[in-house]
Amino acid sequence: MREAYGEALAELGTTNKNVVVLDADLSSSTKTSLFAKRFPNRFFEVGIAEQNLLGTAAGLAAAGKIPFASTFAVFASGRAWEQARNAIAYADLNVKIVATHAGLSVGPDGATHQALEDVALMRAIPRFRVCVPCDAAETREMVYAFAAVRGPCYARLPRIESPEITDGGKFVFGRWPVLHEGGDACIIANGLMVAEALEAARLLAKSGTRVRVLNASTVKPLDERALLRAATTGAVVTAEEHSIIGGLGGAVCEFVSERKPCIVKRVGTRDVFGESGESRELFEKYGLTAAAIAKAVHAAMKRA
Amino acid sequence: MQRDLKVIAKRVRADIVRMTTAAGSGHPGGSLSAADVVVALYERVLHHRPKQPDWLNRDRFVLSKGHAAPLLYAVLAERGYFPHARLASLRKINSHLQGHPSRLDTPGVEVSTGSLGQGLAMANGMALAAKTDNAKWRVYCLLGDGECDEGEVWEAAMLSHQYKLDNLVAIVDKNGLQIDGRTRDVMDTNPLAGKFRAFGWHAIEINGHDYKEILGAFREAAATKGKPTAIIARTVKGKGVSFMEGKIEYHGKCANPAECARALGELA
Repeated sequence: MREAYGEALAELGTTNKNVVVLDADLSSSTKTSLFAKRFPNRFFEVGIAEQNLLGTAAGLAAAGKIPFASTFAVFASGRAWEQARNAIAYADLNVKIVATHAGLSVGPDGATHQALEDVALMRAIPRFRVCVPCDAAETREMVYAFAAVRGPCYARLPRIESPEITDGGKFVFGRWPVLHEGGDACIIANGLMVAEALEAARLLAKSGTRVRVLNASTVKPLDERALLRAATTGAVVTAEEHSIIGGLGGAVCEFVSERKPCIVKRVGTRDVFGESGESRELFEKYGLTAAAIAKAVHAAMKRA
Repeated sequence: MQRDLKVIAKRVRADIVRMTTAAGSGHPGGSLSAADVVVALYERVLHHRPKQPDWLNRDRFVLSKGHAAPLLYAVLAERGYFPHARLASLRKINSHLQGHPSRLDTPGVEVSTGSLGQGLAMANGMALAAKTDNAKWRVYCLLGDGECDEGEVWEAAMLSHQYKLDNLVAIVDKNGLQIDGRTRDVMDTNPLAGKFRAFGWHAIEINGHDYKEILGAFREAAATKGKPTAIIARTVKGKGVSFMEGKIEYHGKCANPAECARALGELA
């Protein structure tokens, strides 16, 4: 997905001269290096200085550029949160933050580098669109959508690759594609957890439970229609590589509790930090698996 | 004919006192200290079109020390960006004049500032955009000396040098006071010129109330190629109002109506 991001940026660079890219000494990891190689004059290395990254991006946007700023999600959303809020969003500047290495899948680098709160942090800021794509094709389409829309955007990408899931159709903000149909319950997932959700749907089908799986690649704005429809099943499960506090699960609960109360089970990290380990080991240990999602579906249906 | 800077600065200072008193709050001290520099900029240095605030080739001014918003508003009104009468709405509900500069609310305000330390990075971004487009417009950024406590200022200072932003000028309003006391007691940012020089900048120290020195420094900055210029302007907090000069309490406190009348008498 990072590769897809870098490639999409490089393509954008040829068609849109206003696109500029900034990075904070991680361009080989975030893959903005692919843009830097093609367009050295429109790539700005700011050093290991994330506040400066977003502040400089704000200035470029104020002068009419479309800056894409990248670093790891912990730093983009945490270290520079207030710059995102005051310098970018409050001024409604056209800055696109694409953060990589989000979630537990960062792996061996451990808890310091595993952003499990970034969606919550960015979602709380007015004007920010917040996106969590699930595969390379969707990432590419999202990058184009970011460039086409006016206003601040935030996206998080994982370190590791995901299987191909989407068909590369146009990315629409606030629309959650249905990836698997079923009426007994609804799993709303994003990022790497979409693949797990689809696997959970297959597991559940074996025992005769038919679930709908939605790809919630936009956490803000929510797909309210899809969500109301999900709530009519009476049993909703959210799945994200993020804390259950304030992310997709939080957003879904906020909405349905006001509009159409139903049981919502949240799969995600449960108010804890991560640790070092391989991605798969961490997903197992912290309950971010198809089996955990299937279990949550059963629990939600029993309470329904 | 060039307008008299001293006359304009007096008027601007009177507006600062009047509007903060009307608002019942605000930051007169640091607005008054920087008034001469900002008046000189808008009267003699900046290429700008008050009736066309989004003119592409305008020079950009970033008020990084955003709490001096009353100063910026008074100068923008003086130059005709919006009606002078609007100054009375400072800090009030539904006003175009927010407590700190807001890009979306006020014509002539380039970016939203007030959270200290963020303006220089934004000014860098603008200067980079100008360089990328081979545009001739320049960027001016006003910081406070207390503001220089913020780490982001120095992150940005490194970047300005790294990218040889000779189309950028930072002015530090060195009034020597911040909320908790004298800057040298709270967190000594001295020597400011030495720090900027160590960061690769051209640095000039001036009396920030002397127009000859102010305009000379801006000319020197324009002639300096290959590196950004920092102008360290020594100023007096509360300048122009006798009972506010050098007084920390007028950092974030306005004059009461009686004090306001006295101040306006001094500035008449």
